[in-house]
Amino acid sequence: MTASGPPFRLLPRTDGDSGFFWTSGADGLLRFLHCDACRTIVHPPAPCCPACLSPDVAPRPVSGRGTVHSFTVNHQQWIPGAEPSVVALVAIEEQPDVRLTTNLVGVGDDEVHIGMPVEVTFEQHEEVYLPLFRPVPGGSR
Amino acid sequence: MSAAEPLERRAVISGIGQSQVGRRLGRSDLDLTVQAALAAVADAGLTRDDIDGLATYPGMGAGGGGFAGPPSPDVQDALRLRLNWHDGGGEGPGQMRSVITACLAVAAGLARHVLVYRTVTESTAQGSGGRQGIGGSGGGGGGGPRFSGFLQWTLPFGAVSAVNWLALVAQRRIHEFGLTRTQLGQIALNGRRNASLNPAAIYREPLSMEDYLAARTISSPLCLFDCDAPCDGSTALVVSHVDYAPDTPHPACQVDAVGTALRGRPSWDQFDDMTTMAARDAGASLWERTDLRPGDVDVAELYDGFSILAMVWLEALGFCGRGESGPFVEGGRRIALDGELPLNTAGGQLSGGRLHGFGFLHEACLQLRGEAGERQVPGNPEVAAVANGGGPIAGAMLLTRFR
Repeated sequence: MTASGPPFRLLPRTDGDSGFFWTSGADGLLRFLHCDACRTIVHPPAPCCPACLSPDVAPRPVSGRGTVHSFTVNHQQWIPGAEPSVVALVAIEEQPDVRLTTNLVGVGDDEVHIGMPVEVTFEQHEEVYLPLFRPVPGGSR
Repeated sequence: MSAAEPLERRAVISGIGQSQVGRRLGRSDLDLTVQAALAAVADAGLTRDDIDGLATYPGMGAGGGGFAGPPSPDVQDALRLRLNWHDGGGEGPGQMRSVITACLAVAAGLARHVLVYRTVTESTAQGSGGRQGIGGSGGGGGGGPRFSGFLQWTLPFGAVSAVNWLALVAQRRIHEFGLTRTQLGQIALNGRRNASLNPAAIYREPLSMEDYLAARTISSPLCLFDCDAPCDGSTALVVSHVDYAPDTPHPACQVDAVGTALRGRPSWDQFDDMTTMAARDAGASLWERTDLRPGDVDVAELYDGFSILAMVWLEALGFCGRGESGPFVEGGRRIALDGELPLNTAGGQLSGGRLHGFGFLHEACLQLRGEAGERQVPGNPEVAAVANGGGPIAGAMLLTRFR
């Protein structure tokens, strides 16, 4: 992020089944659909639980903590003027087979490593709160 | 292998054809396709009146940027084909889907000779500008278009190209298996060595390991030479019923088995094993349909839209164990033209050009026919493995020389 504000972002739609996910950060919480029957996280959102097929799924908050499963530093300027940024695959603490493709912030390119504990932080664009992740203070592993 | 003979074995590739291949040719996709199609039909010893089936990947509505090629109705009409069966589409076991559906069509008697093609004009479409991401050159905030479907999960984070998604695979392989950039570089160097013997290849000048390691990073750990070369070109095949195989002017290439499985999640970022993704399943299902074994393969044409994918395929098809492709390619001798498993003998997509999967099929047939010229693998290769796709998209095929 620069003094002139957040970087240019391509944005998701918020009028569909995933709308709750993209607007969830308004109160600082990351939410996923959970199955009310077996507690499985359903991501990306779907009309039923993939484990038990229950139709009773609803958005519920998670801790916002996770672990870096993989990462890359993108150098190619796909968008004119874009700075190199860390794209990461973050495994969600409550259910590590659920992952988010995201960006890491507050960490140098050469400090990132697989297994690094991270926590969510949101970047607002209009009604969208993009979930980004930053290192957990004192959480190096 | 199950008791019943796989139906794909009733199909052969009876003819192959390729258009002019190059950078910024400025020719239309239909023009290139007609050139490749007529070459393939003639190569099969047929005329257009014999062609009663037509198939392509990815078909109508598959996007711009020179990616999709002409939809099948345009090719049918240009050649005034009278068809008993036709198909085009992008969902299935990778670019290979159109060839596999064609095999099933001839096995089922829906058609006897199916023309299958894949055409790209990405080089002309990209012009003199930089390489484009997917949806990466427009849209976004401020009232621009918004994204849904899979792209909503990646584009907002600047992961706008498959190179970003596959860099995650490469990094994970470094972590789990100790893959090195020098090992990965062997895929690029091998491709360039072979491309120097392929007059139609895009990049033919020598590439050293020093050049490779010094190249600019695109998305770490992948550099410029880990990415394939956009080009213009069309590749066409004729898939015929095996009954026709004794009559082909060139040796027919028998389809021995196809690999089509997708048992993990169909997703770039939710697949259970990020070091393999769908190639694992397509590779496993290929060997479930044949008595041939990886050790029987004489030449391997493995998708290298990014270098890391060829490494993934080497393991997925059982040429080495899981995580062992780095040591397998170390030094490059094993995968060279005269090595134990010659790999990407026309230069692959990294140096030969991004013909999007079909270049590998074309080259596998040339090698089995003994017509690969200066880059012909010695010893009369009889079995070729071909793999297409990366990430959650994968298809594989085993071809043998019919006679």
